[in-house]
Amino acid sequence: MAERTIIPFGPQHPVLPEPIHLDLVIEDEKVVEAIPNIGFIHRGLELLCKKKTFEDMTFVAERICGICSFIHGVGYCQGIEQIMKLDIPPRAQFLRSFWSELARIQSHLLWLGLAADAIGFESLFMHSWRVREKILDIFEETTGGRVIFGASKVGGTRKDINNETLQRLAKTLKEIEEDYRSLAKVFEQDYTIATRWSGIGIVSKEEAHSLGAVGPCARASGLRQDTRLLKYGAYEHLDFEPIVETAGDCQARTVVRVKEIFQAFDLMQQSIAKMPEGEIDIKVTGMPHDEFFSRVEQPRGEVVYYIKGNGTKYLERFRVRTPTFANLAPLLKMLAGCDLADAPAIVLSIDPCISCTER
Amino acid sequence: MFEHQEIVNIEISELQTHVKKLCDEGYRLVQIGCTALDHFQIDYTFDKDHKFFDLRIKLPKEEPKLNSISTIYLPACFYENELHDLFGIQVSGMAIDFGGKFYRIAEKNPFINPKNLEEK
Amino acid sequence: MADILKMFKVITKALFGKTACGMYPVKPAKVYPNTRGHIEIEKEKCILCTICDKRCPTHAIHVDREGHQWAIDRYKCIYCGRCVEVCPKKCLHMANSYSAPHPKKELETFDVPPVQTKKAEETK
Repeated sequence: MAERTIIPFGPQHPVLPEPIHLDLVIEDEKVVEAIPNIGFIHRGLELLCKKKTFEDMTFVAERICGICSFIHGVGYCQGIEQIMKLDIPPRAQFLRSFWSELARIQSHLLWLGLAADAIGFESLFMHSWRVREKILDIFEETTGGRVIFGASKVGGTRKDINNETLQRLAKTLKEIEEDYRSLAKVFEQDYTIATRWSGIGIVSKEEAHSLGAVGPCARASGLRQDTRLLKYGAYEHLDFEPIVETAGDCQARTVVRVKEIFQAFDLMQQSIAKMPEGEIDIKVTGMPHDEFFSRVEQPRGEVVYYIKGNGTKYLERFRVRTPTFANLAPLLKMLAGCDLADAPAIVLSIDPCISCTER
Repeated sequence: MFEHQEIVNIEISELQTHVKKLCDEGYRLVQIGCTALDHFQIDYTFDKDHKFFDLRIKLPKEEPKLNSISTIYLPACFYENELHDLFGIQVSGMAIDFGGKFYRIAEKNPFINPKNLEEK
Repeated sequence: MADILKMFKVITKALFGKTACGMYPVKPAKVYPNTRGHIEIEKEKCILCTICDKRCPTHAIHVDREGHQWAIDRYKCIYCGRCVEVCPKKCLHMANSYSAPHPKKELETFDVPPVQTKKAEETK
């Protein structure tokens, strides 16, 4: 019986964007099991619903995470609108899905850069983030901020984009897509990347279903699972097909994200073409007095908001279940049996966003 | 356009049979959440092909004890550890029991501490 | 062989092409008209109604009606633009340059001319 050692992974590690602690139990360089421990960024944001009015909570919801901030705001506003039975104007819905897809591209490009950096391919990391800067410039031009946008509110959006700007952005997005195409080829076909990432961290289709995987982790294992198929917001007018791979390893998860960026560019061109005229918000009267589970698709998977109002301007309960929390169980399955040298790449391949996990 | 969501109230004793039936039908566990009202309201959310289904049980505050469903759904143990660390609910039979050390937080059971729940 | 030629093309483009860096602080930072930088107030138009004080989500604005002062804590402000939207006299604006760093956290106060003086000036 070989000796077991425990090696602590994290909370500080060069590949991790945010702190998480994993105790890796190893036997002669093979990881036998992993024990997670979280709580380094627990800010107790859910309890703030008692101290901030439900309209101010939009700002809190956006600040749960820096990378996926816009879609948190959209999910929260959507939940309140369903509770109060507010029908927001179609232009606001199309604007929200336009910005959501842009946020998805930005998040995936950030992850692709980090993944390239994790295996030592620094120039690819720099090129990914160079393309990402152009996306952030579009955000700054339309909403005013690069990371936290403040563009959604209960009842619609706070800012509008006029039609000439939209046509100009359609051309800019085509140029950015051409620029990104050469990067995508490297991620899909390069020999070094394929050797590093193929065949490690495999999750089969049945395991992904029983362990509750969401997002690209589930889609890379063959499950056709995408919350945008619920047709919330403007997605009932946009057509797309979720991208599914079958291999279930780290390379499959990368390829799913690479192809989702192309899909997001296409969805944005569709929403610019179909953008209706009209108002961008409606007046909000009354207090929320019901409950609802709002589900939206973040870059990392399905996020669920449980919002319960009790008739006052403060909410009774605001609960967020983020996709990285759901992907923790598949992560422990992926780490069992892998080599110690592959552990950073596997942890990074689920796209851990720990500030979302711990709120 | 307003989604109708099905929420079913059940007794604590019927929990295991309902969850086993849902697992056999192919539902996936989405989340386990808790709301602290004058009793604990615990929601078990399931999903199949994007169709929503929710089981709700009421747990009295004097006796916060539950049986784990992690023998049927393994990822439930993470949600149940979170319920224990944040709300002080005792869940017995978890597949991986962290013993209160899953969340590294400064105070015990912060979500039921009346100091944290005062309205402004 | 084709791969090595491709590599040289990438290297030449990186060495002699236009840089992707913003060259800050040698060149000024790139801002857009919509950029949310900091809040500015036109003191003459303010009527000290305190709506901005009540609606600020982080309580960064403090309005003193008796002392005729409007103060903002630049470090608490999250540049959300709520105060700009709710001001009835439209005297608050979102400027597009970031606020400068300060050695201490203190309130920045502006003296608002009293409303009677303005009314007296109008009736003159």
